[in-house]
Amino acid sequence: MTDTQAREWFDIARVEARAYGVHDVEVYLAAEESSLTRFANNGIHQNVSEESRAISIRVAIGQRTARATTNRFANIREATKSAIALARASEPDANLLALYEPSPVTPVMRWDEATAAYSPQVRAEAVREAIACVATAGQVAAGIFETSRSSQILVNSNGVFVRHDETGATFSITATAADSSGWAKASAVSAGDLDPVRLARSAAEKAAHSAKPRRMEPGKYRVLLEPAAVLDFVGQIFGDCTATAIEEERSFLTGRLDQQLFGKNISIYDDVRHPLQDGAPFDGEGVPRQTLTLFADGVPGEMPYGRAAALRAGRTPTGHGSSLPSEGGESVGNIVIAGGTESREALLAKLGTGVLVTRLWYIREVDPFRKVMTGMTRDGTFLVEDGQIVCGLHNFRFNESVIDVLHRVEAMSAPERGSGEEAFDMVVPAMLVNDFSFNEVTLF
Amino acid sequence: MQQIVLRALDLATQNGVQYADVRLVESRSQDLSTRNGRVSQVADTESAGIGIRLLVDGGWGFAATDDLTPAGIEKAISKARAIAKASTLALGSAVRLAPEPVHQASWASPCVVDPLSIPVSQKLAHLLAVDEAMRAHKAVTLTETSFHTTRTRQWFANSEGSVIAQTRTMTGAGCACHVFQDGDLQKRSYPNSFGGQYQLKGWELVEELDMLAHAPRLAEEAAALHAADVCPTGEFTLILDSSQLGLQIHESIGHPIELDRVLGSEANYAGMSFLTLDQLRSLRYGSPLVHVVSDATETHGPGLGTFGFDDEGVAAQRTDIIREGLFTGYLTSRETAGAVGEGRSNGCLRAANWDRLPLIRMTNTSLEPGTSSLEELFDVPHAIYMETNKSWSIDDKRYNFQFGCEVAWEIRYGKRVRMLKNPVYSGISTQFWNACEAIGNRDNWTLWGVPNCGKGQPEQVMGTGHGASPSRFGRIAVGSL
Repeated sequence: MTDTQAREWFDIARVEARAYGVHDVEVYLAAEESSLTRFANNGIHQNVSEESRAISIRVAIGQRTARATTNRFANIREATKSAIALARASEPDANLLALYEPSPVTPVMRWDEATAAYSPQVRAEAVREAIACVATAGQVAAGIFETSRSSQILVNSNGVFVRHDETGATFSITATAADSSGWAKASAVSAGDLDPVRLARSAAEKAAHSAKPRRMEPGKYRVLLEPAAVLDFVGQIFGDCTATAIEEERSFLTGRLDQQLFGKNISIYDDVRHPLQDGAPFDGEGVPRQTLTLFADGVPGEMPYGRAAALRAGRTPTGHGSSLPSEGGESVGNIVIAGGTESREALLAKLGTGVLVTRLWYIREVDPFRKVMTGMTRDGTFLVEDGQIVCGLHNFRFNESVIDVLHRVEAMSAPERGSGEEAFDMVVPAMLVNDFSFNEVTLF
Repeated sequence: MQQIVLRALDLATQNGVQYADVRLVESRSQDLSTRNGRVSQVADTESAGIGIRLLVDGGWGFAATDDLTPAGIEKAISKARAIAKASTLALGSAVRLAPEPVHQASWASPCVVDPLSIPVSQKLAHLLAVDEAMRAHKAVTLTETSFHTTRTRQWFANSEGSVIAQTRTMTGAGCACHVFQDGDLQKRSYPNSFGGQYQLKGWELVEELDMLAHAPRLAEEAAALHAADVCPTGEFTLILDSSQLGLQIHESIGHPIELDRVLGSEANYAGMSFLTLDQLRSLRYGSPLVHVVSDATETHGPGLGTFGFDDEGVAAQRTDIIREGLFTGYLTSRETAGAVGEGRSNGCLRAANWDRLPLIRMTNTSLEPGTSSLEELFDVPHAIYMETNKSWSIDDKRYNFQFGCEVAWEIRYGKRVRMLKNPVYSGISTQFWNACEAIGNRDNWTLWGVPNCGKGQPEQVMGTGHGASPSRFGRIAVGSL
């Protein structure tokens, strides 16, 4: 998708809209090619590739706005007419602002040519090597190797034209043994930064170390949460960390913006420019994305503001607004938790006796204001004594407040790019936490 | 569109392909919503694309594109072939597809009132009226209403000669209100949480739901929850409303019976299953009252799992999953049916869209109605009755679950004696279903739609159906969080 094509498609929508007396037009264009090689039972069983693009047209007519989206580029005029008809049928929105005016956006480099050109053969060969590592250990491998490339462009009739291109790669693997399993996952902008064999060995070692797991009684334990467990657990709070969520009193931050919510060792940022991050440096209206200190030394700090929420609050928009019309207002997607300096070995030594958690699973919110989450441990839960892994454990169910846990963090590793399954990828440390509450134990 | 599919199939089946199928999907959807009295979403989306699945030298390849030109389709076929050949670098067990008769057919879900024919202004006026009715209660701090519809037309053809056209119209609607007070946030939703009710119907579903009539009650209950006692902790007789029981079926029966999970295909993501192959026709899954079916046929009702044919051309079927408490069947595909000694797939291979490979998914996994009237169901000395899901979680082999509900009531001899807040219950799947004491009759049976079931890598979000009546269970661990 070239800039020239984008401008041509935008012009088709703009000319069509003008024919109906509509002058405020915003067009969002997206194109993606994503390929994923999936394996299980030590063989490739699903192997796919999808190529798609879409044009999404928003018109504003006075205080009314609406959107129509199509992937049939011959239908741009029809989609424009649909957006106009929807907007005219809608109700006026007093919060609606005029289309955004151009503002400089500094690009971020998130493109790796080799990843963009990855072939199914290269993925399959890497998968074959990873499977061999696990199979050699007498275990069974399952996992994915995904590579992708995507582009997005936002254009509007006030002259905004912003573009972001990126590539991505993800490898994850589960090694399953007779009565245990282990898991590892990594993601990066460049597939060359992934090491499938290292990840496979790590998963196989976890499966081997957790063989013949013991059943330990539920209770409060010192735990070492590895980065994937941290991001999947802590990641549950960030939907609340927006100006609109607080304004609508659906956020755990409602009435708590000046409180020492977390421990003083917890600082959290939203930083699209962090070298381990991905994503576009502009929001759904084309506003440049700022770096925010969401929590400074455990106290809520700068919250993301879309344009409308910023106007209502007398603030400056931060570049985190959603595409309009919007139900949620804003979102963050580039979380960086500052972390500490401890190595994994030092954290295990500090843990002394406790539980090492590889990953968490099926996390759901039980109490929206106390931010109590329930979920399970999975694929590598270990008893640690005197800083040494002793054995695997049957998996626990937890019911824990993210707020309370972030008050009880005793030590952290340096942050790294983590990837789980319950929240988006983040830059997070491992965390040593006191009194983590496991309330049930399952049968394996 | 059918000609495009047949031309693509012709191209795809050249050069030594063992099996090929082609699906072209065209969809149009509309989303409308309100929030605190203002319109928060007005959007139409259309999409069209084609997915090609090939089996070459024992390796699978799938490629999808929205470029429906001859050149675009040819490129996708070449890519699918290259991917299939790459798959042979690390082949698993040999692929054997269970036979299926050739079908040349078309099917459409019944739709009385085309939801896209209703003026947007009328739909928004309805949602805004519901929104306003909830906000009439002064304690309410946030209101939400939503409407969604998708019409999907699909053309399928495979290398064995099947050619199938299907049209499905799905509609959903719901409303919810939140009350934030003194550091506590309570919510009530109707007719279900997380978007309401979804079925294969048209605008008639929205009229049947009559959200306006329920809006004041929702607001009253959300406010009343702040003054309610917390749900007591202990083992209690538990009665679940049919919507919560629908999700309980989904999580603790529907997912464990997916044969691909059992065989390890989902080990890295969605997980596996406690229903290992040796459990078939031997595991006492539930009490003798428990009869569960997987039923994709139109006679089952307008569920999100209702269709004429699945996405590899297998005709819709009804399969016994649990009969008088005994575990009797899995959800299968043509590739997996043989693993359980079946000669034919029971038709559960489904794809979320043109750009996704079909996987084993629930169709309508439903608990058959029992014989109890509501009066009989509630006629116990003491019980906790829970309504409307708030949270759900289950381990990756589907043993241990915990569910939270928006509201509960303490029941004594058939009467609601007090409202309870923050209720949760937990257990082990088979122990829970074996504790089933009574199931409501057909008069109280509802076919619920779960529109957001996630599975697969890349993830696919699928709609599934779950019929259930309110039911009673003995000695369940209940508490409050």
